[in-house]
Amino acid sequence: MTEHIASPVGTTRPDLSALAVGDVVGTREVLVDRARLVRYAGASGDFNPIHWNDAFAQSVDLPGVIAHGMFTMGAAVALVEDWAGDPGAVVDYQTRFTRPVPVPNPGEAAISVSGAIGAIDLEARTVRIDLTVTFEGAKVLMKAQAVVRL
Amino acid sequence: MAINADYAGREYPATAPYSVGREKIREFAAAVGSSHPAHHDVATARGLGYPDLIAPPTFAVIVAQRAEAPFIQDPEARVDFTRVVHADERFVHHRPIVAGDELVTVLHVDSITQRAGISMVTTRAEIGALAADGSGTVEPVATVTSSLVVRGEDA
Repeated sequence: MTEHIASPVGTTRPDLSALAVGDVVGTREVLVDRARLVRYAGASGDFNPIHWNDAFAQSVDLPGVIAHGMFTMGAAVALVEDWAGDPGAVVDYQTRFTRPVPVPNPGEAAISVSGAIGAIDLEARTVRIDLTVTFEGAKVLMKAQAVVRL
Repeated sequence: MAINADYAGREYPATAPYSVGREKIREFAAAVGSSHPAHHDVATARGLGYPDLIAPPTFAVIVAQRAEAPFIQDPEARVDFTRVVHADERFVHHRPIVAGDELVTVLHVDSITQRAGISMVTTRAEIGALAADGSGTVEPVATVTSSLVVRGEDA
């Protein structure tokens, strides 16, 4: 996966009054290989073998190892955290998982993430970011929405 | 076999406390590629007004899935984990999870539905932090709602 550790990530918050519905907040590509899935399994405690064992995945009618849906959900919201300048400003985040992301061995799967402003509530001082998350051109998350309080 | 519908509406006793550590926050943030310094650098987190490192938005899944285990792993509940597909997930944060939190969770089985060879179960984990004064008071921290679909053997 693309490492962002070295990139300058600030703590500056967007100016609510300068935002408009439809504004793009960012795009990024997330590269996923088997090592990434093992790392996520360890960090999250989700050791379901469909995420690291091809023979097991195939025995339950999957094409092979697939990424954790929760990995994809977690990786996608990093874009919103960086835009918000404060990860604690993300007060609500939801998605529906629509299709699996098969992860080859060797190699990597490339997940594309982009975010745009879907709604602004000036009274509540919240902004809804709608995330588009695709693999090989098809959406893997649906209704992926993060609400940020500014 | 379908999920046991008798479990709908069930509420589990609060879990033992989960201690949120700085290194676990850093490890999880690195695993999902969250590079924001508030997950890694204490001074940055404090500069934003938090007492310590804050966890990424989906970190609560660790705590929620632990709380789900007594339900998911209960043979009587008949959740065949080899045939589970994750359908929906939602995190509502009442405040960010912070390093040093002692989190206790009450799991609710909100609904179980069966349709055309598949079962769907929605759980809700109410996560709170124990007050530092030892009073046993619990401050609401996050609500994690998760829906799982269990494919039938021939679905």
